[in-house]
Amino acid sequence: MKNYDIVIVGGGPAGLAAAVSAKKAGCDSILILERDTELGGILNQCIHNGFGLHTFKEELTGPEYAYRFIQQVLDLGIEYKLGTMVMDVAPDKTVTAMNREDGMFTIPAKAVILAMGCRERPRGALNIPGFRPAGIFSAGTAQRLVNIEGYMPGKEVVILGSGDIGLIMARRMTLEGAKVKCVAELMPYSGGLKRNIVQCLDDFGIPLKLSHTVIDIEGKEHLTAVTIAEVGPDRKPVPGTEERYTCDTLLLSCGLIPENELSRAAGVEMNPVTSGPIVNESLETNIPGVFACGNVLHVHDLVDYVSEEATRAGENAVKYVNGAEAEAGAAGGNATTGAAQAEAGGNAEAGRAHVIALAATDGARYTVPSTINVDRMSDLLTVRFRVGDVYKNSFVSVYFDDERVMHNQKRIMSPGEMEQIVLRKAQLAERPLLKTITVKIENE
Amino acid sequence: MEKRELTCIGCPMGCMLTAIIENGEVTFVEGNTCPKGDIYARKEVVNPTRIVTSTMCVVGGEKERVSVKTASDIPKDKIFDVMRDIDAASVSAPVSIGDVVLADVAGTGVDVVATRNIHCR
Amino acid sequence: MYDVIIIGAGVSGAAVAWQLGRFNIKTCVLEKCEDVCEGTSKANSAIIHAGYDAAEGSLMAKLNVRGNEMMDELSKELDIPFKRNGSLVVCIHKEELGGLKDLYDRGIKNGVKGLKILSREEALELEPNLSEDTVGALYAPSAGVVCPFELNIAMAENACENGVEFKFNTEVKDISKGEDGLWHIKAANGEEFCAKYVVNAAGVYADMIHNMVSKDKIRIIQRRGDYCLLDKQVGGHVTHTIFPQPTSLGKGVLISPTIHGNLIVGPTAVETDDKEATNTTAEGIEELITKAGSHVRNLPIKNVITSFAGLRAHEEHHDFIIGEVADAPCFIDCAGIESPGLTASPAIGEMVAGILKEKMGLTEKSDFVATRKGIVRTEGLSVAEMNELIRKNPAYGNIVCRCEMITEGEIIEAIHRPLGAKSLDGVKRRTRAGMGRCQAGFCSPRTMEIINRELSIPYEKITKSGGASVIVPTRTKAAGAAGAAASCAADAGTQANLGAAASKESDGEVTGA
Repeated sequence: MKNYDIVIVGGGPAGLAAAVSAKKAGCDSILILERDTELGGILNQCIHNGFGLHTFKEELTGPEYAYRFIQQVLDLGIEYKLGTMVMDVAPDKTVTAMNREDGMFTIPAKAVILAMGCRERPRGALNIPGFRPAGIFSAGTAQRLVNIEGYMPGKEVVILGSGDIGLIMARRMTLEGAKVKCVAELMPYSGGLKRNIVQCLDDFGIPLKLSHTVIDIEGKEHLTAVTIAEVGPDRKPVPGTEERYTCDTLLLSCGLIPENELSRAAGVEMNPVTSGPIVNESLETNIPGVFACGNVLHVHDLVDYVSEEATRAGENAVKYVNGAEAEAGAAGGNATTGAAQAEAGGNAEAGRAHVIALAATDGARYTVPSTINVDRMSDLLTVRFRVGDVYKNSFVSVYFDDERVMHNQKRIMSPGEMEQIVLRKAQLAERPLLKTITVKIENE
Repeated sequence: MEKRELTCIGCPMGCMLTAIIENGEVTFVEGNTCPKGDIYARKEVVNPTRIVTSTMCVVGGEKERVSVKTASDIPKDKIFDVMRDIDAASVSAPVSIGDVVLADVAGTGVDVVATRNIHCR
Repeated sequence: MYDVIIIGAGVSGAAVAWQLGRFNIKTCVLEKCEDVCEGTSKANSAIIHAGYDAAEGSLMAKLNVRGNEMMDELSKELDIPFKRNGSLVVCIHKEELGGLKDLYDRGIKNGVKGLKILSREEALELEPNLSEDTVGALYAPSAGVVCPFELNIAMAENACENGVEFKFNTEVKDISKGEDGLWHIKAANGEEFCAKYVVNAAGVYADMIHNMVSKDKIRIIQRRGDYCLLDKQVGGHVTHTIFPQPTSLGKGVLISPTIHGNLIVGPTAVETDDKEATNTTAEGIEELITKAGSHVRNLPIKNVITSFAGLRAHEEHHDFIIGEVADAPCFIDCAGIESPGLTASPAIGEMVAGILKEKMGLTEKSDFVATRKGIVRTEGLSVAEMNELIRKNPAYGNIVCRCEMITEGEIIEAIHRPLGAKSLDGVKRRTRAGMGRCQAGFCSPRTMEIINRELSIPYEKITKSGGASVIVPTRTKAAGAAGAAASCAADAGTQANLGAAASKESDGEVTGA
């Protein structure tokens, strides 16, 4: 197997954007490994519109958005392998993968970009009691069956969870002739985008039942009915509020989980809040030269932000590879050991490097990145985070240690949507003693 | 005077808008944080439109369905008419993004176009 | 006409079939479901018990210990994943320490080898995540974990290979003794069978089957048990099977690694009149979450990937009922097979075959095939072995189930083996595809594609587990599809009028390119 400087795990929106940016940044040795039979990832089944408003200033469907990047990958001559499952990423960045044609093979990469995306939380993980008949699908699985394969899971549908895929599928099933009886949401607010609630539910008169959950599933062989009940503040069902819905399909849209089995096995440190890797300003994990971007890093609301983040990961991976090579050259052609690469990767001045920790408190759940090496950051650095509850007319505050330096009022913030702040390098560089930047939500 | 509350869909902000309607015309919009909200409310109240996305049967393709969309907005009350025509139609492979697969769908004057490529089987 | 008909293709029925496969007789297994291993056998703790629980002198005790002894050889002969990980009955109340001694004494009398009572320190050294409250434990090194599906399937496959017939979707509705002295069996699907001997291995339905032929009625009480299965990520939380001290309702909620590296927690014990009530309940799951923490600390119960419930076929007198029914000669019961039924199953097969051998004067086949090779398991193969496999069959290079890393090659093999898989669950039980943390969200459309291709079953007929469990009952865009089919037919050069007729019928607009 050929050697590559950068191996990208996953050919979805994150992997594609990372590949394009790495190529444009001057790297000619890139390989994308994609397990599906085509590039584009989950976007191929997201046939609805609304993608790309930020990136392309127009509304595209998922496949169109993906194709904008696929076209670039093709035009730039970036190599990729389809039907290829990455089996292992070793801490030394040796990637082991497998497909029909090549069998099992290894690639000693100089940098690895993790872009595996995320998966849906299945019924089992939700502890919904009842039978286990046919007719229960995660929303994304149903989306694939309907949009790609052209089959209908059923005609009478109940949806649990108001994540975006669930909302989109409510409309999609309705348009295909099914009756969507209701969308039940455990939380007192929806995790989906406002636009989707309006255009996928309100347009078709589908009720959204907030603070409700499924408490029983009937049907020995095939689903026949579900029971929905209201939940109290403790999220436990309130007796007496049970309502039974006959249905043949239950779709679950109850959260996405970054798919980090490979990352964990590689020894990448994880953030328990995001279930994604802990990364620095370069989107680099604790393993030098291993980068992460897109939904494998943290679940995004808009694909535009995935592309933007992945673009940065691609550029940083090239910097890392170039740095490693420069270091290797300087060391008189010595082998690029892990340590040498780590040094070259930007920690050359490790002793003196100004590294700032980011913290999220008071309603802010996490930040990406988790640390900033001021010397390595770009002039402007976008820090993304999510809030843990719905906040109206609250303030996003940023503290440099104990000093509040940013205090912006937002009309609304909700857990379903990502928030961001932008840090300026100059601002941080003039504070050499700054240790922690804290993002918090304040009422006043 | 009539008051309509609606959620702006112009961006993820989802501003809660209030439109004041007098004699069938929107005279005032509040709650928007940007001009998009004002434009959205005036249009959504008087002439709501939607892009319809779906799939269409393909003959001789490597896949049996191709994803499609209306090339521009169609009146909201025509959604199911548009779907009916899309459902009844089929297209022969190969199909490329942007190909018109159904012209003037449901008499809206809007074409249905493919949103992905389908190669021949 | 058959010499022997076995009713039920669960682990007991399969074990009897496996044992009868060596003899020169015509045997048939009737199963009401679409596959083997569809009832109690698929939803249990998957433990090979040591044998200290059952009352001294009971059939349960005898067959438990014998079944346990048989597992090493059986697992090798039939290629079944099995591991003796040892079990610990953990005592957390000083005043109940005597109970451990009672279990120990009973175990010795039952013939269990290697039993040892451990001090708190010894127990914690063996299993560091035991509760802080641990005061002692009974250690049984001979206890183990097995793949219950594969145990059942392997015995059935071997029986099949040795000429035993299997009839699926064949629910027994009536059994009567004819004037010809034979048993006549009517099935719900209208088929009729007759046999010289009948073995009743019908699980929770064994009472109904028994009561069709005997005045001496028996009663099976369904005892539902809820289980939670946890992610492999936390599969190493304990390495032994951890039991609380037993009560009158059974062995209590255990925590154990599974043979495949998950962690299993369960079961509850709730009696029910419904023989099909395999639904979990909120109370049951809640009980597991509460109880499981009492003997093991920091149990990562949040890492649950699925929960399920099984029904134990509990007989009023709490012993296996195995033998010829007194008022129904040539009808052999194999009833009340609850825990440790899985462990005892090979011994049950041996015992029933022994009874029949003696009564029927059976002789052994010369061409009996004693061994069975399981599906190639790619997990754990070296790179060289993997590449050799892929070179011969590229399907082994295509991962279909990303969680359990199951290849297309394994799924194809599962489908084409003797008694091959026909449904998603059939594939799952044979290969583990769909059994991982995403619970088939990713692989089910892909597995459906393989079933569709390999068995020529249309998508609309593919089921989760037979019967009415179809997954996608209809196509989208029926009108357009009919139009497309018409234009396709026209493309293929079919007579023009035929194409036109179909096109007209579709009432659809055909947009040719």
